[in-house]
Amino acid sequence: MSYLEYQQKTVPTGWRKVLHLNWALILLLAAVASVGFMMLFSVAGGSLRPWADPQIKRFIMGMGLMFFIAFVPIWFWRNMAAVAFGGSILLLLAVEFFGAVGMGAQRWIDLGFMRLQPSELTKITVVMILAAYYDWLPMEKVSRPLYVLIPAVLILLPTGLVLTQPDLGTALLLMIGGATVMFVAGVHWLYFAVVIAMGVGLIAGVFLSRGTPWQLLQDYQYRRIDTFLDPSSDPLGAGYHITQSKIALGSGGWTGRGFMQGTQSRLNFLPEKHTDFIFTTLAEEFGFIGGFSLLVLYGLIILFCLGAAIRNKDRFSSLLTVGIGMTFFLFFALNMSMVMGLAPVVGVPLPLVSYGGSAMLVLLVAFGLIQSAYVHRPRSKT
Amino acid sequence: MRYTPKDIEASSRKITRRGLILGGVQVGFMSVLALRMRHMQVDQADQYRLLAEENRINLRLLPPSRGLIFDRNGRPLATNEQNYRIVVVREDAGDVDEALARIAHFVPMSDDDMERAKREILRRSPFVPVTIADRLTWDEVAEVAVNAPALPGVTPEVGQSRAYPLSEDFAHIIGYVGPVSDYDLSKLEDPDPLLQIPRFQIGKNGVEARLEEQLRGSAGTKRIEVNAVGRVIRELDRTPGQAGANVQLTIDHGLQNFMRARLGAESAGAVVMDVKNGDLLGIASAPSFDPNKFVRGISVADYRELTENPYRPLANKTVQGTYPPGSTFKMVTALAALEDGVISPDETVYCPGFVEKGGRRFHCWRRGGHGNVDLVKSLEQSCDVYYYDIAERVGIDKIAAMARRLGLGERHDIPLPAVASGLAPDKAWKRDTRGADWVVGDTLNASIGQGFVLASPLQIAVMTARIASGRAVAPRLVKSIDGIEQAAAPAEALDISPTSLEHIRQGMFAVSNNRRGTAYRTRVVDDAMRLAGKTGTSQVRNITAAERAQGVFRNEDLPWERRDHALFVAFAPYDAPEIAVSVVVEHGGGGSTAAAPIARDIALRALYGEVPPLSAYPSDQRGQIQALFRDLPLIDVTPTPTGRTRA
Repeated sequence: MSYLEYQQKTVPTGWRKVLHLNWALILLLAAVASVGFMMLFSVAGGSLRPWADPQIKRFIMGMGLMFFIAFVPIWFWRNMAAVAFGGSILLLLAVEFFGAVGMGAQRWIDLGFMRLQPSELTKITVVMILAAYYDWLPMEKVSRPLYVLIPAVLILLPTGLVLTQPDLGTALLLMIGGATVMFVAGVHWLYFAVVIAMGVGLIAGVFLSRGTPWQLLQDYQYRRIDTFLDPSSDPLGAGYHITQSKIALGSGGWTGRGFMQGTQSRLNFLPEKHTDFIFTTLAEEFGFIGGFSLLVLYGLIILFCLGAAIRNKDRFSSLLTVGIGMTFFLFFALNMSMVMGLAPVVGVPLPLVSYGGSAMLVLLVAFGLIQSAYVHRPRSKT
Repeated sequence: MRYTPKDIEASSRKITRRGLILGGVQVGFMSVLALRMRHMQVDQADQYRLLAEENRINLRLLPPSRGLIFDRNGRPLATNEQNYRIVVVREDAGDVDEALARIAHFVPMSDDDMERAKREILRRSPFVPVTIADRLTWDEVAEVAVNAPALPGVTPEVGQSRAYPLSEDFAHIIGYVGPVSDYDLSKLEDPDPLLQIPRFQIGKNGVEARLEEQLRGSAGTKRIEVNAVGRVIRELDRTPGQAGANVQLTIDHGLQNFMRARLGAESAGAVVMDVKNGDLLGIASAPSFDPNKFVRGISVADYRELTENPYRPLANKTVQGTYPPGSTFKMVTALAALEDGVISPDETVYCPGFVEKGGRRFHCWRRGGHGNVDLVKSLEQSCDVYYYDIAERVGIDKIAAMARRLGLGERHDIPLPAVASGLAPDKAWKRDTRGADWVVGDTLNASIGQGFVLASPLQIAVMTARIASGRAVAPRLVKSIDGIEQAAAPAEALDISPTSLEHIRQGMFAVSNNRRGTAYRTRVVDDAMRLAGKTGTSQVRNITAAERAQGVFRNEDLPWERRDHALFVAFAPYDAPEIAVSVVVEHGGGGSTAAAPIARDIALRALYGEVPPLSAYPSDQRGQIQALFRDLPLIDVTPTPTGRTRA
């Protein structure tokens, strides 16, 4: 019995919950998604098919799912955290299993109307289980080594499974997202300092060992790193994507080349222009003003999440909201870094904009949880 | 009730503090993203915009149409023919085999052609047009065009290819074009981008090669937008090129045709030159070849036949071939002696049939000798001993200087490849190239155009024109380029006294018109068209003393390649010279029998402007001449008005 349930008499009930939703956040999400519809319409050469139309349908469906989840009390979702986490691990294993028996690497399970990627789901369930864990754990035990080890295992288990697919982008998201929940929950900063130091040491080791008998990576892996650091060294091979992406982005200028006037995307120089590289099309057609506006929309979503988390007196709700906000942040930050040539090409979609069912649905489910936490937050008696 | 309000307070404070740190990190990272975006899109925008344009815009060259070549009367000699071809775009054509089978209904295609076409189509991207049939007739193309709805992805196209309507007559002058080779490109420092177009045709020989720059024109360009795989999306704009300049030659195509026909199967060269302005009215080399075969791509068998033919059809003998000029050189020796004053025209030299010099015996062609010989008689009867005598007196250096004044031993500047400079030898030349001293025997040999002396048919024609006109006329082959007259500077008077020249001309007149002249048989009876000429018979071998003792071999008894070269030069009409003619028949035997008849016919053809009337010939020869002319394969030369023939 938590504090939250004790206070539940002050929580709105029935249809009155609609009035207590965080409508500003919903409008921001709809705005970002609309940018996505517009860009998918543009890259299809001014057509709803093949991308914009299904995307709109999925968004409407996702919004329905979000409202449904928002109406269910947050304590129900807290109690379900372990089940959800366990389920997603099983799904990951299932993909692994079917992938081994079936036809090569499968990252998804066919649900009929859409393909569900368990790795997408895992991004949410890891945050949920960690928030529930710290809700359960007394504050004074948070920084004890044993109680630090448990969440570390909870993070590393799905991360390991995802890495074998292999899906470096998702693995990165899981680790940083999970670590963020631990950090906000109050784990001593020394743990993070040590991990970061080890990471830096590892990277330094990788680079310093190159060419020595004990080098840590294969030669081809080094070449990939080279290509990331200097895409122009291999403009037609592995560097092609990033080179063309930068050309598209840079050629946008202040105001862009105009809606549906981007030559890079229209003439197919851009790879994956409707999924991972959709931001470059936006930047090409609407320039710095367009790209910066989208960044501002994303920033507002993050700030709303953070604000809601800080004001929420329920520990689970708070941690969940921060964790999901961070995951959302990681999505667009990694994607934008990638297309601007600041990060290697790891395959992270632009949230709510890139074409793709799983990511969209999972994100809206996650925002459903944030809404539920918001609606069912403890309120002081007045 | 695990949580007390105190716990909640502690948790909330922690979350707030850590959350704000996190928010700060997030905002910081977003600022980095925004700055990066600003840097790329604002500071470096121009650079990226340029790269995007380079990505998307391709420049294609539009080949200009090549300049045409006309004769002096405006008859086209090199033209651009419409070349109809059929191109197939795979993605529109559907199944390649089926498409080819459908095309084969309308256009004759062998199995080989089909196989090659199929390979070519499958090798290229599906949207690239591939030429599968070339040089079709209008009927075939029309058939394909009419059946277009049944032939998806198949389009008739029209291009240009070079054609030479008078094929063999002008092969050596015009030359031919062919696709650019790597070797051609390697010779150029800064090749015209046009040359990079696949199968672009450039001049390979003759005027086509030497006037390549003028004939080629300049490329037009079109800018097209392409997508990432190179498919053309649309044409953005187009700048038309500049067609090549038309070239008009000084050659008269009717005369040229007559000359080549008259040379017939001989290995020979003939030149007709206007003595007043140096215009080359005809330069024929026989045998010839069909330049159109080279444009289409000559077969290995045909090419081997040309290269292995001992008559060397590919060589332009008139300007590239050099021969000992033989007795046609005697005018040079005589002029040198007259100008030097070592003899006077009336002075006689006794010819016993030979002279002894330096322990060697130098023979006259007539074993019995000519008795007392003066200048005119020496030319008329081509007495060798007379020239041995006067050459020794005047010396080789003055003879060589006179030869050069008359246009021998120098390279004439006409736009043909490998124009020979010949050789007018002197003492310095022999010292420098042979490392030996000039001996008197060399002078004697040179005096009658043997030994080291070499000249091309063009050079002896120039020599004759200069003797006839008394001016330093230079040959001219190109009349105008792009309508601009390529006038030569007016020829200056030769630094030779007119009386000396007049004596020489009288001697040449005697050759062709006096009963005892070596070319009397080939005289002209039309008084207005009298020839003045000189025969030449140049040895290509040494006659040994043993051979001479047995009696000199008759030419007919020798293998072809050891027979003498036959030469004849002439100018006409004698009273008011208009043209100079030279004929060299390789291994033809005597100049008077092999070369002089040809030269007479050619000279008369040039003077009359048509096949010469029989009345110009001595009556006893008319039947023979008539039969000869009847069998000549001449083309119809109905005059075409200038300017109307431009294609």
